[in-house]
Parts: sequence; structure tokens; C-alpha cells
Amino acid sequence: MPSIRRIDHLVVGDAFRALRSTAPFWSLRVHEETRELLAVRQDTIEPPRLALDRGAMLTAVTEGGYGYCATSDLSAAGLQAALDRATAWAEATRGVSVVRFDPQDMPAPRGEYASPATQESPGRSALLDLLADECRRAKRDARIVERMAALSLVEEERVYLTNTGGALRQRFRSVLPHMRVTANQGADTQSRSFEHAQQGGFELVGRSGFVGCGARLADEALQLLAAPNCPSGTMDLLLMPDQMMLQIHESIGHPLELDRILGDERNYAGTSFVTPDMFGTYRYGSQLLNVSFDPTIPGELASYAFDDDGSPASKVFLIRDGVLVAPLGGRLSQLRAGLPGTANARASGWNRPPIDRMANLNVEPGTSPLADMIASVRRGVLMRTNVSWSIDDSRNKFQFGCEWGELIEDGRVRGVVKSPNYRGVSATFWRSLRMVGERDTFEVHGTLYCGKGEPNQAIHCGHAAPACLFADVDVFGGEA
Amino acid sequence: MKQRFFELGERLFRELRANEVLLCTLAAERSDFVRFNQARVRQAGSVAQRAFSLRLARERRQAAATIEISGTAEDLDLLRQTLIRLREALEGLPEDPWLLINETPRSTASERRGTLAPAEEVVAQATAAARGRDLVGFYAGGTQYRGFANSLGQRNWHEVDSFDFDWSLHAAPGRAVKRGYSGTAWDEAIFKGKLDAAAEQLRLLEIPERKIDPGEYRAYLAPRAMEELIGMLCWGGFSARARATKQSPLLRMQQGQSLSPKVTLLENTAEGIAPGFQADGFVKPARVTLIAQGALGDALVAPRSAREYGLATNAANAGESPESLDLAPGTLEERDALAALGTGLYVSNLWYLNYSDRAAGRITGMTRFATFWVEGGRIAAPVAPMRFDDSVYRLLGENLLDLTRSRELLLDASTYDARSSASARLPGALLRALRFTL
Repeated sequence: MPSIRRIDHLVVGDAFRALRSTAPFWSLRVHEETRELLAVRQDTIEPPRLALDRGAMLTAVTEGGYGYCATSDLSAAGLQAALDRATAWAEATRGVSVVRFDPQDMPAPRGEYASPATQESPGRSALLDLLADECRRAKRDARIVERMAALSLVEEERVYLTNTGGALRQRFRSVLPHMRVTANQGADTQSRSFEHAQQGGFELVGRSGFVGCGARLADEALQLLAAPNCPSGTMDLLLMPDQMMLQIHESIGHPLELDRILGDERNYAGTSFVTPDMFGTYRYGSQLLNVSFDPTIPGELASYAFDDDGSPASKVFLIRDGVLVAPLGGRLSQLRAGLPGTANARASGWNRPPIDRMANLNVEPGTSPLADMIASVRRGVLMRTNVSWSIDDSRNKFQFGCEWGELIEDGRVRGVVKSPNYRGVSATFWRSLRMVGERDTFEVHGTLYCGKGEPNQAIHCGHAAPACLFADVDVFGGEA
Repeated sequence: MKQRFFELGERLFRELRANEVLLCTLAAERSDFVRFNQARVRQAGSVAQRAFSLRLARERRQAAATIEISGTAEDLDLLRQTLIRLREALEGLPEDPWLLINETPRSTASERRGTLAPAEEVVAQATAAARGRDLVGFYAGGTQYRGFANSLGQRNWHEVDSFDFDWSLHAAPGRAVKRGYSGTAWDEAIFKGKLDAAAEQLRLLEIPERKIDPGEYRAYLAPRAMEELIGMLCWGGFSARARATKQSPLLRMQQGQSLSPKVTLLENTAEGIAPGFQADGFVKPARVTLIAQGALGDALVAPRSAREYGLATNAANAGESPESLDLAPGTLEERDALAALGTGLYVSNLWYLNYSDRAAGRITGMTRFATFWVEGGRIAAPVAPMRFDDSVYRLLGENLLDLTRSRELLLDASTYDARSSASARLPGALLRALRFTL
């Protein structure tokens, strides 16, 4: 939905200038997000859902203390009350905080960011027609039991002001197509899904391959019903970029989050097998592995110019030639750990405080053509599109499953296999990386729901990767 | 909050045109949030939020919006504009064949006042009591509000003061005692007692770790571990839509397979803490039997599914997932659990479960916090986190030996978007075998 009312910068600026606090540092972070969700399921239009989420977080830092207060009351009185509460929290936590907060450490950034977007979305009826077409084309035969096509139109603006002169304005825009088709025969149910999560305007829909995906997904779901189970055994594993997204996220991204390493998440999201002494020396993967935190890639889902603590964002290598060199840690975590880091203190919304998150976390492309990777496999499975994910709380022992598998034998793809799963240990899995796809195989993906933090926060992340080939992986199929 | 919500609703209802029906819901809270690490404060703050949802229906068409309101005089104007936008949205829509709203008003009200300590006092008490211990956790306390009003005259209100301190005491990496203290009246002495008891149990985790190879082991799942396992079944297992589209993880139960007759599972709204009404205005029945003595029972049927599949709704939420789970007790006394286990694994917590084959009901996941190797009915050593991969038909079917007579009421500590009001009352479970793979 086009916004009912955008952030009024003059009003917010005036209100901010009128705020008073005994804290030496305070800040105001205002978010406004508008969202429209359109969906067609089983050839029936779901009720359109519009949303406007708007509020502000006031943060106060005293000598040794920190506090926040979030409110949707953006009046001068509402903001002042929230700042008073944040200040009271900062006073109450002096001397009992995990770190001695110092108002002098707080940055006063100035800058702007806007998502790349070249095409406006057509009207609602045209969008619903587009969804209805894909939904209808997925109705291939009676074994197709559910078809759903959806589009989310999202616009977000974040404004960050500090009493020390900081002023940021960042505007984000996404058009997110989604489709899922499910087929059933007897005791077997198989689904194929389509996701495309990037920043941008309606041009993303054309670029994503969404048009025509209904028939393709239905055909693939039916193929899966007829396919044999994925074989079990130790074999090569060729992960396509949409599954690499999950592999990177769970077994590189989360273990490298510095707040996990510092123990903040031990009660909820978990800790990490990575310890501070590993940076600079630890062999995380084979020499082919290069991983970067890069919030500067245009259009990747979590691109931005500044994080929510006001740190300027730039590309940082976390793993170079297989060696661990830097964690995912924002300004505060860097101070606590005495390590370098990244601009990744992010909040899911106005009512949650920033914590260390992934943003865009990517595996750099290599030099291998996909054909060469397949040709090199004596026995293995190609997998794409995550369907199941589970990993221990130190982000080490994992088990992941995919919607789609293809058996490879003697360098050739032999056919589709269903319910492909694999398991491994992060600390050793990446060392078995034996080929990395060239730029032609490199795809930019994103996930909308990474959960972490107390209070809980679900946030979006970008993950770009080439196809990657791993050796000697424990692969298996379905059935109890 | 209550008066303000109903007033806003009334003002909007007055602006409706002929044949229009408007449904309004409120999900609001005033919460204090404090997270702890190493018995010190990592982040402390407060949040006040008010999500006001409108759903406009006319001539079998509908559109919905959720607006964060401010609690000020500006709200009415914002909501009026939203109503206009919804009216515009209806113009281009065909009839919705699955539209179903409650047209027989049933008004209810539930308000539970608590005695919450100021959060700053909780901070002072917790940091003092836990000094020298590695306490990690999260305190959430305050008031939650849920409201419903429609232009047909129905009014529902649910308001609860509560706190939930979800915490753990840590020994070596990967070894911890996970506990919680929740309620409506904070008592420092009770918190200290729980902390001391957890510290005592933490000593068991200081014994050298025992390495266990993958394989099948006799196991006892404590109630918090059962919460994860049963929680997985709630991901589509009781949904009418998932059943109709063959996507339920209990698909084989739809086709005749059963669990142990010891398993009877209810959606027990009457004894839970979640609101008794839902967004379409339907009031929930006191209980829905989801599994009856091992056989698949009733599905949770949202109004939309009711229309689509020709079923009667039982006022399920749109996701058709339980909010007030209740697993019937068994006969095993909790104090006898170790003796009944004999030799095997005592699992206090499971973590990060998912389906390795959803249609087959096959689940994988990890042990977490405190898992012990037990020999001769006595704890012998802690065990490092292990991965299991097993079928629900084995876990809660052929391999379920007994459930405990006593049960724990576990509140959902989830705070995504807002504090959860879901809960589960669960026993522990003694299993003949649990299959570990990594």
C-alpha cells in the first residue's frame, strides 16, 4: 500500500530538538514500514492485507549505563516520555551492565541510502491477475493439492538522529514474489516453491523468473512424486545457490556472530563453536572458501549504508582463502571483544534494540563452470531449495533437507531424487569444499526470517553464492 | 486501553455504509525487557505497542489492514483513512467464497491483575542473587491486551499482567541448567529458591563428560524437551487445511496409523492463558481433542477453512495451530523417572527440531543444555549435544513406555513481534529407544 503518511521529517526534527535528557548521549530511531500482501490460493483471491507499522526507539547512554524505550506515540510528549524512560534505564543499569558504556563512543553519522528501484508496481487488479495466472497454470492434474502465489510490496524508511548531530535517512523497497505448489499421491506429499527476495521495485518480478513458475513448480512437484528416494551414503554434494543460502546462513553466519561468541545468546539462539582466539589462524574451510560481509551490493536484500547503531557499512572479508579473519560484530561487540568487525548492529523494527545480525553474507565466486563440477562427480547428489533446517546451539552439528535432488553418477545427471537430506559438522564441512562455481553460477538470494535475540527479532538477510561442490558428505533420503 | 479501543471501534462503526461489516482487533502490550549475560545486564528497555487491525466486509468481499496506532487523538483520523482505503480495495475484488465471520455476537471479558515488581527491582534482585554465577536470561514483564469489536455488537477483551523470566545457569560451554520463573506476582524469595536449586543441579554438569556414539538409547524426555517435540506436531499437525491438502506431518495418522494409546492431546483453552476469542469473532470451545488415546482427533478449523472444506469451525486462529496444549498425564511418578530409565539418556531440553521427512512424521533435532548418561537409575555423567532423527510414530508410538503423572505448565517465552500468550501443560516421557545420528 502506498503509505498513508510518510515520516514527517520536519515534525520529527522539531520534536527531537525539543527533547531533553540528563544522559550525555541519546538517540531517536524512527521506523515506518508499509506493506501490502496479495495472494491467490486455489484460484481464490485471499483478502488483501495492508499494514502500516510506525514507531520510534529512544536510546540513552550514560557513564556506564544504557537503556531504551520504544513507543508508537510520536508526539513531542510521547517521545519525551520514552526518552525519560530510556534515561531511567540507563541510570538503573550503571554498574551492572556487561560493558561500561561510554557516551563518548557513540558515533554521530550523517548520510542517506535508498534501494535501487526502476519500475513502479501496476495496480492491485493487475497484480492479482498475475498471481491468478500462475496459480491457474499450476493446476496440472488432480495430484496437485495446493497452489498459492503471493506478492508482498514493502516500503520502509528509517531515520536515526543523535543529540550529537548524527542524522541518517535510509529508505528500503522490496517486491517479493512467492509461490508454492504441493502434490500428493497416497502417503507421499512433495512441494516445490519459488522465492525471490531482493531490494527493488516491480522490475524484480520480471527479473526473477516468477512469470511461468506456476507450471514449472507443478511439473517439478509431480516429478518428485514419481522419483526414487535420495540414496544414502557418503558421497559428493553439489549445492545450488538457493541452498547455499541456508548453508552459509546457519553454519558460517550464525557461528561468526560476535554476540553469540560473547555469550549473549546462550539462553535462546545459542552460542558458537568459534572462540575469539580463532580469528586470524583458524582454517574454517578449504582454500577455495572466501566469505564476505557486503552490505554494498545493489539490490541484495540487506544492503544499507549504515547499521542501526550508526556505523558506516562496508565490505569486510570474514574468511579469506579458507582462514577465519573477522567476526560479524557491530561497534559495541567489537569494543567488548577487542576484535575487528562489521557494521551489523541491526534491529528488526522500531520496538526492538540493535543486536549483531547477518546482513549480506556471501560466498565469493570461484572459477569452476557448473558442467565441470558435475563432470567431476563419480557419485553424488545435486540439491536445491531448502525445506528443512536444524543445527545445534553452537552451530556445529547440522542436518539440512531440500525440496529437489538430482542424482549424479559418473559425471552425469541421472535423474530426480526426492527428500534429499544431508548432515555434517560446520567445523569440518567447509574444509570438504572442493570446487566453487564461476560467476555464471552466482545468484543473489535473501531470507526474510532470521530469528534471534531477547526480545525475539525476525530480520531479513541477503546471501549470494555460486554453486559449490563438497566431498564425502553424509547424504540420505526420506522415510522413517 | 480497553475503553479507548472500544471507543475507536464505535466511532468507526458509525461511519459504515449499508451492507458493510467492520471487525476490529487490538494486540497491544506495555512491556519491560531485560536481557542478562554473566549475571549482568546486556540490554534493558521498555516497549509500548498497539496494533489495531480492521477488516471490512461487504457483499461477501473483504480486505484487512493492521495499523500501529499511537494512543493519541490522531488515531481516529488514521483509522478513518484506513477504512477509506479498505473500502477502495473492495471495489476491485470478486466475492470471497471462503469469507466467514461470526454473526451471532458473544461478548466476553477477562482481566487478570498481577503484582509485578518494577523491572528495575528485578534487575537489582537478579544481579545480586546471581553474583558469581553465570546467569544468562531474559525478563519480560508487563501487561498484554487483546480486544475484539465488530459492528454487529460483539465486544471481547482480554487483559493480563504477567512476567516471564526465562533463564539458564551455565557451567562449561554447552552445559547449562535451563529454568524459568513466570507468573502474575513476583516474589524475590521464590526466584532465589529457583536459582539456588538450579545451582545445585549445575554441579552435576561439572562431572567429566561422557562421549556417546550414535545409535539407539533408552531415554527420558523431561517436560521442556517434550515441549519442543509436541510443538513440532503443532506445525500443521492439527490444521484442517494441512489435513485437506495432505501436508500434515500426521498424514499417516489420517490414513490409519496411530500413536500410543497413552497419548491424549487437547487444545485446552479453558485452562490456558491465551484469549478465548479469535480475529473473526468466534469464541473458542473450552477444549478440542486433537489426539484421543493415540488416534487422530479433531482438527483445528479456522473459519476460512470451514467455508473451503465444508466443516464446522471451532474458532481456531488463522494458522490453525494450538495455543493451549494439554498432554494427558501417565502413571510414572517423576521421582521414579531415573529408576525407570535405568540405563540411558536423561534429556532435559531439545532444540531446533525440524522434519527430515514431513509426510512420514520423521523429526530431527538436537539435545541442549543438560543431557545426562544414566546408569543403574543414577546420573553418571553429562553428555555433549547430540542429534536425533526419529519418527513420531516410534517416539510417541511403539517406543513410548509411559508419561509422568505430574505435568509442568510451560509458558511460551516467544516475543517475536509481541509477547506470546501460548502455553503447554506437559508430562515427561519415558522412551524405549531414541535414535541418535550425530
